[in-house]
Amino acid sequence: MIGEGLQSTNQRKHSYVRDNVEVGFFTDPTVCIGCKACEVACKEWNQVPDDGFTWTGNSYDNTGHLGASTWRHVMFLEEDRAKGNQIAGPMSLGDQDPFRWVFLSDVCKHCEEAGCLEACPTGSIVRTETGTVFVQDDVCNGCGYCVVSCPFGVIDRRPEPLPNAGGAFKCTFCYDRQKSGLVPACAKVCPTESIVFGRLDDLRARGVERVQQLQQIGYNDAQLYDPQETSVRGIHAFFLILGEPQAYGLPPKPQIPTIYLKSAWTSAFLTAIASIIATLLAYVFFS
Amino acid sequence: MTTNSPSEKRLEQLREKAWQEGVVPGRGVDVVGGPIPRKPGYYGQPVVKPPVWTWEVPLYFFFGGIGGMSAVIAFGALLFHHVEVARAAMWVAVIAGAVLSPILLIMDLGRPHLFLNMLRVFKYRSAMSMGAWILTAFGMCAVAGLIALELQAHQIFPGALDQLLRFTAGVFIFAAAIFGTLLATYTGVLIGATAIPAWFLHRTLLPIHFGTAGLGSAAGVLELLGHRVAALNVLGFYTAAVETVLLIWLSVDKHGAADRAIHEHGSGWLIRIGEILNGPLALVLRFFGLVPFAAISFLIGALVSRFGWIAVGKVSGSDPESVFAAERY
Repeated sequence: MIGEGLQSTNQRKHSYVRDNVEVGFFTDPTVCIGCKACEVACKEWNQVPDDGFTWTGNSYDNTGHLGASTWRHVMFLEEDRAKGNQIAGPMSLGDQDPFRWVFLSDVCKHCEEAGCLEACPTGSIVRTETGTVFVQDDVCNGCGYCVVSCPFGVIDRRPEPLPNAGGAFKCTFCYDRQKSGLVPACAKVCPTESIVFGRLDDLRARGVERVQQLQQIGYNDAQLYDPQETSVRGIHAFFLILGEPQAYGLPPKPQIPTIYLKSAWTSAFLTAIASIIATLLAYVFFS
Repeated sequence: MTTNSPSEKRLEQLREKAWQEGVVPGRGVDVVGGPIPRKPGYYGQPVVKPPVWTWEVPLYFFFGGIGGMSAVIAFGALLFHHVEVARAAMWVAVIAGAVLSPILLIMDLGRPHLFLNMLRVFKYRSAMSMGAWILTAFGMCAVAGLIALELQAHQIFPGALDQLLRFTAGVFIFAAAIFGTLLATYTGVLIGATAIPAWFLHRTLLPIHFGTAGLGSAAGVLELLGHRVAALNVLGFYTAAVETVLLIWLSVDKHGAADRAIHEHGSGWLIRIGEILNGPLALVLRFFGLVPFAAISFLIGALVSRFGWIAVGKVSGSDPESVFAAERY
C-alpha cells in the first residue's frame, strides 16, 4: 500500500457505500510518527471545535482522550522497554537502559455489536451501509445513555458553550466523504499510512501479516487488538499494538452492556412482583 | 504568540523550577519525580466515560420510585376499600411520577426540546428507551386513574355511569400499578446494564434497591401526609428490612478495585449513609413506634443513596483500574 501512490486504498476513489462493503481502519503504531495530522484533518473536515489548549505534561499528548470534540487522538507512550531489536545506550553507567516511544492514533472502534447504538433511545445512532456506526446529530436529544454504554469510553456529550452543544458526538468514519467515494480525512492525510482505510477483510488479513512480519524482526510483543471473542464481536477500526492493551487505555476484554440486561431485568421483575405481593399482603392482614 | 502570554509565562516558571529543583510538581505537570509516569492504564486516563448526568437524574430516580410505587399502594388500598388512602396515593403518584419525573427527565437532556424523539422508536434492548415508554404509559394511566377516582369520589355522575367510572378507575389504577413497579425498578436496570464497573457488577442488587426504596418512600410520604394505617406501617417494616439486607449484601459482595467506588471516596460515604438511613435506622425507629421519624429517615436515605449511586458511577467510570479489575468477574 505504501508506495502505491494514488492506487493506495488511502488515496483512490471507491464505491463502498453503494456496494455495501464492510470497511475499516487498520492503525499501525510501528509506522506512526506522531505528527497528529489525523487529528487536524479530522477537526478541519468535520468542523469539530477545539478540545482545550491545555498542557497535560503526558509526553507530547496534549489531547488526553477521545471525546465529543476529539474524534482522533494520537497517544504517546513512553515505556522503559525495547522496541524490536533496538539497542538502548546506557543512560546510567553499566546496564542498558531501554526506552521506547510509541505513537498510536486512537479512534472510535465502530464495534460489530455497538453499545452506544443499542443504548440509544431515539434511534439517532445507526449502522451505515459500510458497517460503521453513525450518530445522526439532528435526532440526538442528548440523554447521555450512549456515554455510559460504550465499553471503550469513546462517545461523549458535548458541553456548553461549544457549537451544537448537548448532543452526543464521536467519529463518523467520515460517512459524508465515504458517500462521495472519498477516503476518511484522517487516513487520507496520514503521511506514513499508519492509518489505513479499506475493506475490512483485506485489512484484517493485512494486520495478521504485519504482526508476523514484525515478530520476525524482533517485535515480540506485537499483537492485534480486535476483540472478536468478546460480546463486542470485533471492531471495524482495529489496531496493532506493542505490549498490553491496558497501556493504551484499551480494555482487554470489552463487553457490550446489553449482556447484563437479562439478569438486571429478572431482578427488576422479581422486585416488581414482590412489591405488589407485599402491598396486597399488608392490606390483607392489616386492614 | 507573544512572550507575555500566560502560557509562555507558565512555561518560563516551569523551566525555572525544573532548573532549581530538578522536579516539577504542580498543575499541568504529571511527571513528578521521573521521566516515565507510573499511572494505571494510559496516564491514568479513564477507560470508559463517566456519566454526564447531573442532579436531575438521581432526583428523577427518587421521584419516579415514589410515584410508581404510590400507584401500587393506591391499587391495594382501592381493592380493600381504603378510598381515602387510595386518593392520596394517586395524588402522590401523579405529582411525583407523572409531573415531576418527566420534568426532571427532560431537564437532564442535552437538548430538552427534542424529548419527543424518545418516542419515535421502541427498543427493548435499551433500558433508556423502555424507561421512556414506561414513564409515558405510567403517566397516562395514573392521570386517567386519578381523574376517574376523583370524579367517582365526588359523586358527580349518577347511577350506572358512576359504576362505569368506578370500574374505569380500577382498570387505570391497576395499569398504573403495573407500570409503576416497572418505573421504580427499571432505573436499576438502566444503570446496571452499562459499561461502568461498579454499576454492572451490582446489576442484580440495583433494581431491588431502587424498587424497594421507592415502595418504602411512597409509604413514608403517605404516612407523613397523615395516613397512619397499619398496612403502610407494615410496608415500612418490610422495606426497611429489605434495605438492611441489601446493606449487608453490599458490604459482603465486594469486588476489590473493580467496585471500590462503593466502599471508598465520598461516593462510598453517600451509599453508606443512605443505606443506614433507609435500612437499620428506619427499622429501629419504626420498631420503637417513631413512625414519622422512620419515614423521614427512610426518605432521606432513599434520596442520598440515589445521589450516591450516580456519584459511584462518576468515580468508577473515571478509574481505569476498576475497568481492568472488573474483567475478572
